[in-house]
Amino acid sequence: MGFIQAYKMAIKSIRGNKGRSFLTMLGVIIGVASVISAVAFAQGSTKNITDSIQKLGTNLIQINITGRNSNRNMSYEDLKEFAEKNIDIIGAVAPQSSTSAKVKYGTKNMDTTVIGTTPEYERIKNVHVTQGRFILDFDVDYRQNVALVGTAIVREIFQGKDPLGEKIKIKGQIFKVVGVLEERASSATRSDDDQIIIPVTASRMITGTSAIRNFSVEAASAEKVKTAMESLEAFLLKIYKNENTYRVFDQSQMLDTLGEVTGSMMIVLGGIAAISLIVGGIGIMNIMLVSVTERTKEIGIRKAIGAKRKNILTQFMIEAAVVTGIGGILGLLLGFSIIKFIIGGLNIVPAVYSIPWALISFGISLLVGIIFGLFPAYKAARLNPIEALRSE
Amino acid sequence: MIQIYEMYKTYQINDIKIEALKNINLRIKQNEFAAIVGPSGSGKSTLMNMMGCLDIPTSGNYILDDVEVSSLRDDELAEIRNQKIGFIFQSFNLIQKLTALENVELPLIYQGINTKERLRRAKLVLENVGLGDRLDHKPNELSGGQQQRVAVARALINNPPIIFADEPTGNLDTKSGIEIMNLLKELHRKGNTIILITHDNDIAQQADRIVRINDGEIVEDRQVV
Repeated sequence: MGFIQAYKMAIKSIRGNKGRSFLTMLGVIIGVASVISAVAFAQGSTKNITDSIQKLGTNLIQINITGRNSNRNMSYEDLKEFAEKNIDIIGAVAPQSSTSAKVKYGTKNMDTTVIGTTPEYERIKNVHVTQGRFILDFDVDYRQNVALVGTAIVREIFQGKDPLGEKIKIKGQIFKVVGVLEERASSATRSDDDQIIIPVTASRMITGTSAIRNFSVEAASAEKVKTAMESLEAFLLKIYKNENTYRVFDQSQMLDTLGEVTGSMMIVLGGIAAISLIVGGIGIMNIMLVSVTERTKEIGIRKAIGAKRKNILTQFMIEAAVVTGIGGILGLLLGFSIIKFIIGGLNIVPAVYSIPWALISFGISLLVGIIFGLFPAYKAARLNPIEALRSE
Repeated sequence: MIQIYEMYKTYQINDIKIEALKNINLRIKQNEFAAIVGPSGSGKSTLMNMMGCLDIPTSGNYILDDVEVSSLRDDELAEIRNQKIGFIFQSFNLIQKLTALENVELPLIYQGINTKERLRRAKLVLENVGLGDRLDHKPNELSGGQQQRVAVARALINNPPIIFADEPTGNLDTKSGIEIMNLLKELHRKGNTIILITHDNDIAQQADRIVRINDGEIVEDRQVV
């Protein structure tokens, strides 16, 4: 008996039992669909974050001052002086004082994040201005109360009105709007659109302190990142005398950490999905066992007229494989619809279609069918023809 | 054709040993029409299972067509059943999901014969048993007599030398029963060896030879005159 014949028999038997066949497939359908949509979600979020990190450039070094009760402090001027002395390794420095504050315009107000910085910020952090201008050295040096606003603020409190030249109030201080920041396409950093950027000198009035906790430093080149980090660490140690009060890190470390996080996310999601596939497989075994019991008589007849063990085994194995194969394909369709309509529709992460993962999960589902179909098929093949014929 | 020497079959159920067949010695020649007769529980079905290669004896020898069968493995028995034996059962034993044509072609599938040839032969045998217009009917769409004729067609498709008929008329009305018996007689005339298993003496009388079995032993073996 050939493979094609066994395949035809399997199709005949599946079609003869449509409802049950579908229920048998359901476990596999859900399993495969959850594997590929889980993977798509994980890959989508990874891509999202990786993209926004890489957009910042590979020369970027971040300094965070974490020590709280430190009576020593590094000011922006200290770091700037250090950068000017090490021009061969450090390209630019931008301080970032960040505080949340309410901004008012007329009767409207909204909660925003106010960032105090210098003109270098525009280049280092890859910020774009769509209207007006960025902060100038003049604004920093003469502590001008000027501000750039994000698109969310334009929408919320200016309600589409041209904000340039308008006066807004931040914590009681009046600022003149001189520019509008470009809308961030990336949805993970959506909150950036409600930012306000002001000169670092002006932000001292808002935060109430001249201590700045975050600095973005641009190394002179990608190759100088390591050297720059080492010299920055040495410089910071001299000021703070304690390695635990500050952190210096670059993009590769951020990407590494991200890789670890998304890696474990993939493992967890993959694990859950794999369990659902195994549960689907047990479902197949269950139904196949019932089917073998129900069809004992048929097996007896087939054996009496000359079917060998191998023939019966093949018949049931192929039946299991065909059921899971069809289930796998339906699962892929369901999974891709989930990616397209749910993940794509919610637009939280970009929809990623992973063909290798689709093939892997389809392959696993077939394997599950064959493994879990083996025991019932073996049981059927071993039936004694006389006893099988006697059963009703 | 069939030679049985000192065949015993013992079943062990828990601690009780049941001797279903005791010291059976039997020879059936080619183109004989033999009836094996006995009340239920006499061992006639066990004997048919042995002769039909559905089971192997506990001891003794069974030579079918010059092949010693009693020591063969499962799959080898299946091959002999497929090529040398046709079965007709009391309860027809057709596969309900398959049409008459599909049921009849089944033995050929296990011989690896291609679809076209299978269908041609299956159609031919069904026409020969008078069911040329019922090819695509499923068993539950056929009468008992028609179902049994499908079973006869299935038994014949391989041109097996031996046909075993186990109470072939047991589930049929008188008229259909006569039709089936006539089919068997016709096969006998064409050269097949027919072994009929029955508890019904009237049916048995239609054979050429009667082998009576009781309590697992042959108690009578005579030619019908």
